[in-house]
Amino acid sequence: MAKIRIAQYWGAGCGGCDVALLDIDEKILGVAEMADIVFWPIAVDAKLKDVEAMPDGYITATFFNGAIRNSENEHVAKLLRKKSQLVVSFGSCACFGGIPGLANMYTLKEIMDYVYTKTPSSDNVERVFPTPHWKAPEGDLEIPVMYDQVFTLDHVIDVDYYMPGCPPTTNLINEFLGIVEKHVKEGAPLPPKGSVIASQKTLCDECPRTRTVKKVDKIFMPYEIDIDPKKCMLEQGVICLGPSTRAGCGAKCLEGNQPCRGCMGPTADVLDQGGSMLSALASIFSIGNGEGLLNEDDIMELMLQVKDPLGTFYSYTMPSSIIKRKVKERKATTAPKEA
Amino acid sequence: MSNQAQTTSAPAAEAGAWEPNLLVFCCNWCSYAGADLAGVSRLQMPTNFRVIRTMCSARVDPEFVLRAFAKGADGVLVLGCHPADCHYIGGNYRTRRRIALLRVLLEQYGFNPDRLKLEWVSASEGLKFQATIKEFNQKIIELGPNPLED
Repeated sequence: MAKIRIAQYWGAGCGGCDVALLDIDEKILGVAEMADIVFWPIAVDAKLKDVEAMPDGYITATFFNGAIRNSENEHVAKLLRKKSQLVVSFGSCACFGGIPGLANMYTLKEIMDYVYTKTPSSDNVERVFPTPHWKAPEGDLEIPVMYDQVFTLDHVIDVDYYMPGCPPTTNLINEFLGIVEKHVKEGAPLPPKGSVIASQKTLCDECPRTRTVKKVDKIFMPYEIDIDPKKCMLEQGVICLGPSTRAGCGAKCLEGNQPCRGCMGPTADVLDQGGSMLSALASIFSIGNGEGLLNEDDIMELMLQVKDPLGTFYSYTMPSSIIKRKVKERKATTAPKEA
Repeated sequence: MSNQAQTTSAPAAEAGAWEPNLLVFCCNWCSYAGADLAGVSRLQMPTNFRVIRTMCSARVDPEFVLRAFAKGADGVLVLGCHPADCHYIGGNYRTRRRIALLRVLLEQYGFNPDRLKLEWVSASEGLKFQATIKEFNQKIIELGPNPLED
């Protein structure tokens, strides 16, 4: 029987997702038996022009990892969408923006300025910045245009399935490949479009740690205390995004005695993972019976134990959150000048 | 736009003046009754706000507030029962903690945190409802339109 064809591409990501796909052990042989890899820059030699030459819908499934940061990411995403029957948003960056998405805290100008002139190792008195077009004696040079904002994959193309995780775990990849294999070999139906290949529950549901009261007295950074590996992180005062994060990863970080940072994204029907965690965390502070006697400043002091709510609650999901990026009040109170 | 807003002093819209969009969450047991009292007492106040009644101020998920700003609200006001008066014993305490943290979050997002305000209004405080709306409307006029652009 005919083999299926798969492609894998990276946008703004770290390459970990590519490695994760290779990390499925002996199943990779099953993949090679079932599928031809037609495009995968990190592993095979096919070039972009080879993809351009393919007829539409030629690729059975494309796994796209990484966020959309520049014009090249967007161009290849659109090209692969045209050439593929299925597109899987692979990994947290493609699904929610991921760690690169935290760049939405800054404008493009601030980032360029910092990177090219202000880092301790910058030596750029002429203030030379990269430009998309350059006329060199050898000919015209072009590089992709970097966007002012990080986007998720589904901001620019239609996506069939989402496979979150930083990177997606071997189990989830195997589960999905099993579904595709069954579909190809036996004609089994595919999951409905838009499905998230993970659990429908929150991480707390599959976390093996014991919970008793779900109360926090004081917030600690993980290095400040000896974390008991059997007890709920939040009850020990370590911020863990378990209550607002989708399960499916097998609570691997918690197995390694580290709190969840939320890479699996929000649970089904939740629009904003950060808002959901903020609500949960604020609720479980243990104050006792005297709360009615506290004034607004006391409450603020209590909540300011959470040092960086945006960075903590939106580590992986800022570009897919409700607000998406940093805004600028037109009447700035501290009046920084804008060019 | 913002210059216009700065020079506007009257609470309600004068011809051509910018008028903010305000969203007000009222808890069913105290603040909604307070708003009702303000209404039946015919207390005059700006009309550029919409009230959403929730069973408790703690029903106001941070997501509601973020969505309100994303959809163009210029200010969000959350009104609940006074401390120790909550119909559900401690709902207003949770609200207070959430709003405090949410204000920090909004500031990190670049919003002026004063665009979100929590106030206690009981069922007998029609006057306080009126004063809160007037004051908040004035504050938002000073701040100008929601900075989120689409």
